[in-house]
Amino acid sequence: MFISSQRSAPSFRDFTLVMPAVAVGNVGQLAVDLIVSTLNMSRVGHIHTDCLIPMAGNNPYASCKEDGEELHTPAEVYAAAELKLAVLQIRAPILQSKTKKFRQLLVSWIKSSGFSRTVVLSSSHAYQRDDQQLQGTPLRYLVTPSLLKGSADALKELGWREMERVPAFPGLTDGNTEPRLCIPGGGITKGLYTDSCKEDLPLAVLLLFCSEGDNIPDAFALANHLNDWLHLLDDNSKQPNKWKIPTSWSLLFGNGIPPALF
Amino acid sequence: MATFFGEVLSVYSRAVEEDDDELDENEEDEQIRRELEEKREVHLHWSPEVSESLKSGNKLQCSDFILAVGQNASSFLSVHILSTPNWDTIGRASVWNERSRAVMGQSCEESACVFYRHKDNPTVLICQVSCYVAEDQLFQWTEKVFDCLQHRELNVTVLSDTSVADYKTADYLGGSSAPFLRSLHTSAFGDQPVCQSLEQPNIVTGLAAAVLNHCQVHRIAAVVYQCYSDVIGPDSVTMETYKPVLTKLGRSIQLDPSPSTDALRKFVRTTDLQSNLYI
Repeated sequence: MFISSQRSAPSFRDFTLVMPAVAVGNVGQLAVDLIVSTLNMSRVGHIHTDCLIPMAGNNPYASCKEDGEELHTPAEVYAAAELKLAVLQIRAPILQSKTKKFRQLLVSWIKSSGFSRTVVLSSSHAYQRDDQQLQGTPLRYLVTPSLLKGSADALKELGWREMERVPAFPGLTDGNTEPRLCIPGGGITKGLYTDSCKEDLPLAVLLLFCSEGDNIPDAFALANHLNDWLHLLDDNSKQPNKWKIPTSWSLLFGNGIPPALF
Repeated sequence: MATFFGEVLSVYSRAVEEDDDELDENEEDEQIRRELEEKREVHLHWSPEVSESLKSGNKLQCSDFILAVGQNASSFLSVHILSTPNWDTIGRASVWNERSRAVMGQSCEESACVFYRHKDNPTVLICQVSCYVAEDQLFQWTEKVFDCLQHRELNVTVLSDTSVADYKTADYLGGSSAPFLRSLHTSAFGDQPVCQSLEQPNIVTGLAAAVLNHCQVHRIAAVVYQCYSDVIGPDSVTMETYKPVLTKLGRSIQLDPSPSTDALRKFVRTTDLQSNLYI
């Protein structure tokens, strides 16, 4: 459940919520890190739940020594009131047996908070693309009918590709091959999307096809795509390094090398 | 996934695969799942006096809760604090998971997670956890234990063992630097930790993290002292690394700052038969 870290509970009415799905390459989470770090968002609360594996650490967005020693938990909510933007960051895997419960928790929190729209940043295994998906941009989107009403024009203008439905058993030509939505490696993305359709929530999914590896460029790509739509950064220049990398992104691939090795 | 050398490795991803619970689960599967969940539940067994008190709605009065997670942390407390005869055993927690195994002669649960209370100062509680608490049991353990403690003016200190292999640093750590301490504390913690704060990008996981999470959201003053060691089992040098914490603990409880070598030896197994890789 949401627990405010301030004296009073913040109001999220009419805010846009951006959240990641724990998915292949952790691209959604990295992109969210970029957003929080660049916009210098302040933490307004925690999602305290038994669905996530516990972890704790010092402030991953510390810019100076003073704010370095602040404890951070696996699921936290940041807000930028002037942009009417709230961001949920998830830092730990969801327990295998609790994925459904976590989705329900999120859906009910989104509903009760009154977000005007939710954007889920996610990713999917690049190696599972079919022939069509191999060509062109690796970005895909999905919107619930509720959000399509308001955003159809904006999405058309951006020229994004909607996530394709794929046949359940490719190659088989019997009668039961109704194409269905499949987001391999996307974690709870598909479940959250279908739940939101059922609950008539305005939700969009923005995902990138990628593989595990150095996913920093993927994070930048996803964050830039999101920015093209939501215009979070007011700088209109096309320079690629407008996002600020947080201090927690150091040593992603291991420790320093022992000098005696050479 | 192909590597630079051309061999194909099977892909491992932390991303959970798409939910499979949309598939119909028959009754038998559901029952098995439920029974397994019940078996993995954490149970707290208190002494009769404490049980009575909790049943009548009174939480345990507690000003200091000291938790030791891991063999070296537990042994450190045993040698320096629990060696004085002023402690009552008031309860234990039973935690069953895939790594539990019965120790010869006694059930593993008996000694794996024990709660002690100081006789003269009953608001000081100690808990030693030397068993493995699985990821899905961490939150439950923490909630159940803290539900029994009153939260006002509560100070929590956690000593936690971990491997130096998990420590990330830009400079290569030579063999001489381990074991060492790092600290992490909640916003409500007003004191000064006895060692350096845990640097980015390091994190704490396990029971220490679960306790920190709980204390952070419930605004309880808590500090974790994580000891990074290059030795897997109980080791006197690793235990001694926790010594600076005594200066803080000694304010509320009587302790033995220089235990005899015999006391230390009791807790350090010199050879473990199962790990007889090197004779």
